[in-house]
Amino acid sequence: MTLREQIQQVIDDEPVAIFMKGTPEQPACGNSLRALQALWKAGAPITAVDVLPDPRIRQELSGLTDWPTIPQVFVRGELIGGADITEELYASGELTRKLDESLGSDREQVVKTVAVAAAAA
Amino acid sequence: MATDEIRTLLEQAFPDGSVEVLDRTGGGDHFHVTVASAAFEGVSLVEQHRMVNRALAAPLGDGTIHELRITTKGTGTT
Repeated sequence: MTLREQIQQVIDDEPVAIFMKGTPEQPACGNSLRALQALWKAGAPITAVDVLPDPRIRQELSGLTDWPTIPQVFVRGELIGGADITEELYASGELTRKLDESLGSDREQVVKTVAVAAAAA
Repeated sequence: MATDEIRTLLEQAFPDGSVEVLDRTGGGDHFHVTVASAAFEGVSLVEQHRMVNRALAAPLGDGTIHELRITTKGTGTT
């Protein structure tokens, strides 16, 4: 599978995916942290992908999404935005509502990290 | 200065709008831009931010902007 296909698979398969700098345990950027905190407070299950290990992850991701910056947050395969929009939607209650609608209100809040990598090392 | 360059790019992209550019840290590379424009009416939040990002593609691409916060508003809302 190409790197782009792996990225697409994470977006498609994970209920809530965040492509971030660093990991939930060790965020490496204030914006990634802001998005993460908004997701956490909204009760989202979180699947995180660290884009830092390989600059190609970010290139491929931005190529797919037409979105130049990190983080990028997806709910059920749909780009909801970066840190600003995620915070805005959380503050207005819309994020929680969206999660309730697409994942149910009794969702389990699990945080995990998955890796994507270019095929040929 | 980058602040002026960013303001000019946004004013060109949103000629009807009002544009604010804040240098958040004083370091000239962390910015918060607020744009109010009729162009955002009826457009999803994701697409509104895409429009701003597109206007700033050059300084985002060459590293002039290290970090960008975006607030968008329609003209009817404020």
